[in-house]
Amino acid sequence: MVRWGMVIDLDKCTGCQSCSVACKAENNVPHGSPEEHQRRMTPFWHKVIAVSRGQYPAVSIDLIPMPCMHCDDAPCVTVCPARATYRREDGIVVQDFRRCIGCKYCIIACPYGVRSFNYKEQEEKEYHRPDLPPERADRGVWPFPRRVHGVVEKCTFCFHRIDAAVRQGKKVGEEVVPACAEACPARAIFFGDLDDPESGVSRSLASRQSFRLREEMGTSPKVFYLPR
Amino acid sequence: MQSELENEYTGRLERTVFYPLTHTTRTYYLLVFFLAAIVAWGLYAYYTQLRYGLVVTGMSDVVPYGLYIVNFVFFIGISYAGALVSAILRLTNAGWRSPITRIAELIAVGGLTDGAIQPIIDLGRPDRILHVFEFGRFQSPLLWDMIAIMTYLAGSFIYLYLPLIPDLAFARDRLGPRNTSLKAKFYRLFSIGWEDTPEQRRRLNKSIGIMAILIIPLAVSVHTVVAFIFSLTLRPGWNSTIYGIYFVVAAVFSGTALLIIIIAGFRKAYRLHEYITEKHFRYLGYILLTMLATYLYLTFTEFITIGYKLEDGDRQLLSLIMQGSDAPWFWFFVIGGLFVPALLLIFSKRKPVTMIVIAAVLVVIGMWAKRYIIVVPTLEVPLMPFEFGSYAPNWVEISIGVGTLAGFILMMTLASKIFPLISIWEMKEQEEKKRGTVDMEGRKP
Repeated sequence: MVRWGMVIDLDKCTGCQSCSVACKAENNVPHGSPEEHQRRMTPFWHKVIAVSRGQYPAVSIDLIPMPCMHCDDAPCVTVCPARATYRREDGIVVQDFRRCIGCKYCIIACPYGVRSFNYKEQEEKEYHRPDLPPERADRGVWPFPRRVHGVVEKCTFCFHRIDAAVRQGKKVGEEVVPACAEACPARAIFFGDLDDPESGVSRSLASRQSFRLREEMGTSPKVFYLPR
Repeated sequence: MQSELENEYTGRLERTVFYPLTHTTRTYYLLVFFLAAIVAWGLYAYYTQLRYGLVVTGMSDVVPYGLYIVNFVFFIGISYAGALVSAILRLTNAGWRSPITRIAELIAVGGLTDGAIQPIIDLGRPDRILHVFEFGRFQSPLLWDMIAIMTYLAGSFIYLYLPLIPDLAFARDRLGPRNTSLKAKFYRLFSIGWEDTPEQRRRLNKSIGIMAILIIPLAVSVHTVVAFIFSLTLRPGWNSTIYGIYFVVAAVFSGTALLIIIIAGFRKAYRLHEYITEKHFRYLGYILLTMLATYLYLTFTEFITIGYKLEDGDRQLLSLIMQGSDAPWFWFFVIGGLFVPALLLIFSKRKPVTMIVIAAVLVVIGMWAKRYIIVVPTLEVPLMPFEFGSYAPNWVEISIGVGTLAGFILMMTLASKIFPLISIWEMKEQEEKKRGTVDMEGRKP
C-alpha cells in the first residue's frame, strides 16, 4: 500500500511563499480581507511560518512551509465526533465538508495548528460554482463542488491530482505532484510514496538527516524536513 | 391540642407556598417583560450569527473556542446545586434540607438546559447536529459529553418531577376554583392520580431514593467528561490529570453559591422567611467555605505542578495568566472569587444572611472568570512558534451570553408561578417527625 508523504528541503527553500499562493489558487481557498488576516480568521491550507532564533544582534530566521502533516496517528481524526475527518488508505487525512458539524474540536486537538475554520459565506463567486475553475479536465473533477461556511478545512495533499494520476497510470511524485510542490521555484518540495524505497522522497530522506515537527507528540507526521 | 397546632402549621405553610401561584404582582410582570426583552435581544444576536456565520464573533483560527464554551462550563457547573443539595442531603437524611430541595432541583434543570445549548450555539453548522448520532465516533470526547449531558438532563427532570407529584396533587385539590382552567388541567395531568395512599407514598419514597443515588454518579460523570474535552488534548495547561475532579469541585462550589443567591431572592420575593431561615444560609455557607478551601487547594496544586517545572508552553501560559492580557480575570478570581468570599464567610457572625449572599455573588462571578481563565489563555498560547493569539468577545457573543443568563433567571421566575417552591409534603413529614407523631421511617407508631 502506498503511503504518501512530503519532504521539504529547508536548505533550498527561499521563503518566497509560492507554495501558499499556489495552494490558494489550486484549492480555491478564500483570500480574505486584510482585516480578516489581522484577526486571523482566513483559511490557510498551506502557510509559511517564520521562526526566529537567538537574541538581537545575532538573530536568524527560519522559514518553514507548513502544509497539513497528515499524521499516521492523527489526533484530529480521533476526536471528530461525526467522522467528518478521516485517514484514507493511502495515509491522506481528509475533511468531509458535507459532514462536518463545525464544532472546531479538531482545531483544538491538532498540535500543529494547520486546520482552518471557514468563518463566513465567501463573496468570491468561484467559491460556490462547480462549473468554474478549478474543475480542470486534465486533473479530474474538483472534489469539493459545493463548499459552505461553518466547517473546518484543511490541506488534502491535493488528492484530486493524485487520484487522477493513479487512475491514468501516471507517476505520482515525478509527473504529478501537489500544487505547492509544483509551484516551488527552488524545487524544495518533494512528494512521493514513503513506503517505496526507490521513490524520490525515500531517496532524499536516506541521503540526509531529517526531522519532523513536534515529533515528541507521537503523531508520526508524514511531512519531513531536511535541515539547513 | 397537638393536631390543632399541626393544622395551624400546615395551613400557614400551604397558604404561604401557594400564595405565589395564585397572586401575581405588577413587579413580577415587569421583571418577566424585562428578562424576555433581554432574551429576545440574545435571540436576535444568534440570528445574526446564523445569517452571517461565526465571522460575527470574536473567535479566530487560533482561539476557536470563546465565550460560548466558557458559558457552557459555567452553566453545567451551576446545575450541580441540584445534585448536591437534594441528593446528598436527602441520602444523609439531613432534616434542614426540605425547604430548599425544590429550588435546588429547579436550578439543576434550568442550568443544565442553558448549558446544553451553548455548544450548539458554538457550532458552525448547527443544522448538522444529528450527524453526531448518525456517524458518531465513540472515541470522541464530544460524543461522550453529549451522551453524559443528555442522560443527566433526563435524570434531573425525573428527579425534579418525582418529589413534585404530591405537591401538584395538593395544588390540584386545594387551589381548585381559583385555578385558571389551563393550570387546573396541568395539575390534574401531572399529578397522575396521586391520592396520598400509603402504597403510593411507599413507591414514591422508593423511587426518589433510587434517583437520589443515581443522580450523584451521573452528575460527577457529566462534569468529568466536560473536563475531558479539555484535558484530552495536547495543549499546555489543559494537559492535566486532576481536571476531572477539579471541574467537579468547581461545579459544586459555584452551584452552592448560586443556590444561596436564588433562595435569598425567592425568600425576599415570596416572604418565605419562616421556612428558609438563617440556619439554611449558615449551613450552605459552611458547605461553600469547605468547597472554597478544596478549590483553593486544587488550584494551588494545579499551578504549582506546572509553575515549578516551567516547560516551554506552560511558561508562556503562566506569564499570560499572571501578567499578560488575561491577568485581570485571574487576579479577580483569586482575590474577588476566593479570598474576599472566604473572609466574608468566616466573619459572617454579625449579619450572616447579607454577608453570605454577598460572598456567594462574588463566588459566582469569580468562578465565571476562572472558567474564562481555563478556556481562553490556553488557546492563545501558540502551538508552533507563531505569534500569540488574542481573543476578545464581541457584541454577538456577549449578547448571547447575557441572553442565556436572562433566560435562566426567566425560567426560575416562571417556574415559581407554576410549581410550589417549597416541598409541602416533605415539610409536613419533617414537622411530623419533629412532633414525634411518626417515626423516622414515616410510619405512625
